[in-house]
Amino acid sequence: MVRGALGKVYKDGEEIIRQGKPGESMYVVQGGRVEVLQHSKKGREQHLAYLEAGDFFGEMAVFEKEVRSATVRAAGEARVLKVDKKTLLTRLREDPLLAVNLLKTMSHRIRELDREVSHHKKVRL
Amino acid sequence: MSLSGQQSVADSFSQLVEDGEKEFNLRDGSRIAVVGGGPAGSFFSYFLLNMAEAIDLDLTVDIFEPRSFKYCGPAGCNHCGGIVSESLVQILAAEGIVLPRSVVQRGVESYVVHMDVGDVAIESPVHEQRIAALYRGNGPRDGCDTDLESFDDFLQGMVREKGGNVVRKLITGVEFRDGRPFLDFADGEGEAYDLVTVAAGVNSKFISLLDNLPGDYEPPKTTRGYICEFHSSKEEILRILGRSVHVFLLSIPRFEFAAIIPKGEFATVVMVGEDLDQELVHAFLNDPVVRRTFPTDKVPCVCSCSPLINLGARKRPYGDRIVMIGDSGITRLYKDGIGASFRTGKAAATTALFHGVSGKDFEQHYWPTCKRIVNDNRVGKVMFATNAIMKNSRLTRKAMLRMSQNEQDSAGAKPHMSSLLWNMFTGSAPYVDMFRGTMHPGFIYNLLKSVTLSLLPESDSAPVKKKAV
Ligand SMILES: Cc1cc2nc3c(=O)[nH]c(=O)nc-3n(C[C@H](O)[C@H](O)[C@H](O)COP(=O)(O)OP(=O)(O)OC[C@H]3O[C@@H](n4cnc5c(N)ncnc54)[C@H](O)[C@@H]3O)c2cc1C
Repeated sequence: MVRGALGKVYKDGEEIIRQGKPGESMYVVQGGRVEVLQHSKKGREQHLAYLEAGDFFGEMAVFEKEVRSATVRAAGEARVLKVDKKTLLTRLREDPLLAVNLLKTMSHRIRELDREVSHHKKVRL
Repeated sequence: MSLSGQQSVADSFSQLVEDGEKEFNLRDGSRIAVVGGGPAGSFFSYFLLNMAEAIDLDLTVDIFEPRSFKYCGPAGCNHCGGIVSESLVQILAAEGIVLPRSVVQRGVESYVVHMDVGDVAIESPVHEQRIAALYRGNGPRDGCDTDLESFDDFLQGMVREKGGNVVRKLITGVEFRDGRPFLDFADGEGEAYDLVTVAAGVNSKFISLLDNLPGDYEPPKTTRGYICEFHSSKEEILRILGRSVHVFLLSIPRFEFAAIIPKGEFATVVMVGEDLDQELVHAFLNDPVVRRTFPTDKVPCVCSCSPLINLGARKRPYGDRIVMIGDSGITRLYKDGIGASFRTGKAAATTALFHGVSGKDFEQHYWPTCKRIVNDNRVGKVMFATNAIMKNSRLTRKAMLRMSQNEQDSAGAKPHMSSLLWNMFTGSAPYVDMFRGTMHPGFIYNLLKSVTLSLLPESDSAPVKKKAV
């Protein structure tokens, strides 16, 4: 269900960012659902997560000059708003507490990743 | 004096400092009053409660707001053009705040600049709807049947969810009793608080009550704006105005800024300027360029007002246990008042929570945010003065049109003039960034080239290209 009214509408399956491509902006889902996935070296797709209204992605590109680490595409019709690097960094200078909101999600993702890694280790053992 | 004696002096001194600090710190059970539940009051309360929750601090926040934003017409409206700037939309998104569809009357992707010499559509640099056109109340008079939700009501809902109390009472007085601010309510009751946050805007008598307080709370300078809501069918408004905001660069004497904003079945006409009166409003609405854009003589104006607009900063928007935010304190010149309410509201909340509520705390931690706005407004004044000179000459109007049209028409061109006009009209960037843009060699070169080409006789008869909106 599309909830917000701003940003851009992406059709089902349309790519918003692509793994390996450079990028500067962060994105915030305004409505609908997007899928985060990774392509293995053999080209296989691995589903990582679904994100919904209020969730963001692509934030790593704001803080480091690396290529995108995952592909994100619309899962059904989705509305997504682009947040410019400059706008975000300028605001962070005036209000470092804005980072808390970003850090909360990022630390949650690290926790999820930890869980995933230890699960895989257990399986291999 | 013995060593131990020295230590005890040091200890008692630091104890004294600590006690002084504690006296002005918010703690469990602290009571905060917010006078005014517009954007500034709501943003302040939301962030204060949100951050207090994160550090397990139990605060009581009472927002006093006599108005219900569920009403349509003047009773539920905080009189404003209702544009939420591109920068604020992005920051709200980064804060996890999604503006719902019921609140956003129109997502704006382009601005059309109208001049007597022609029009040019300036697209959003990212080709996305990142500007929101909305209503502060439940829409204009006659608009009660439409299924829209008020922006101010939406923000108040966020505060309620965080545990804030919205109290439907008018505040009629403020004084200090035993070092604490005491508020008088219109019903004859009153209460003392640990902190009073003034977010009553500039269209309130409450502002003049602050003059009676100890401290130099000289009120901000104001002038009047003008807003009129024209009513037609949704289809007709869409047909005439498209999805763009329409702005005007006209050489009417004393004219500074006006916009026509499509919002569903209404079109909001907004005018601001230092010297605005009925005569100027009339001249604008009857100007051929305006009539060509929107038939102001054929569509009825169902709701109009002339609210005050904050033109200058308070010198000292804080004191012990009192702080002024949004329009009551400091705002951006002519643009992005809601964005300034957000910035000052959050900065005041952060200061109160993490540093304390003394005048010194606000001076050290809240004032820098205000000062940034004040300094930027100074540059803004220069930008508006330059704009006034440019728009008053037909030659420079033609040059501005030519330059922005060229940029919009050729894909790879650097959008020097388009960015300037976009930022100037949308209020998305600080004035200082716009000023820097005008110092760019590319901007100066292209402007001079456009002026020269506009001097050529044939350019007068050159067809004016109008981009589809
Ligand atoms: C013509 C015009 C057009 C504008 N257009 C835009 C625009 O398009 N975009 C933009 O960002 N900004 C715009 N602004 C500026 C914007 O309206 C203000 O900057 C913004 O409303 C400030 O928010 P605030 O919360 O400080 O004050 P306000 O929105 O004025 O809210 C103050 C609140 O305090 C309440 N109040 C007042 N007195 C008392 C009291 N004694 N007791 C209890 N409550 C009280 C009022 O009822 C009100 O709800 C415009 C302004 C004008 C005049």
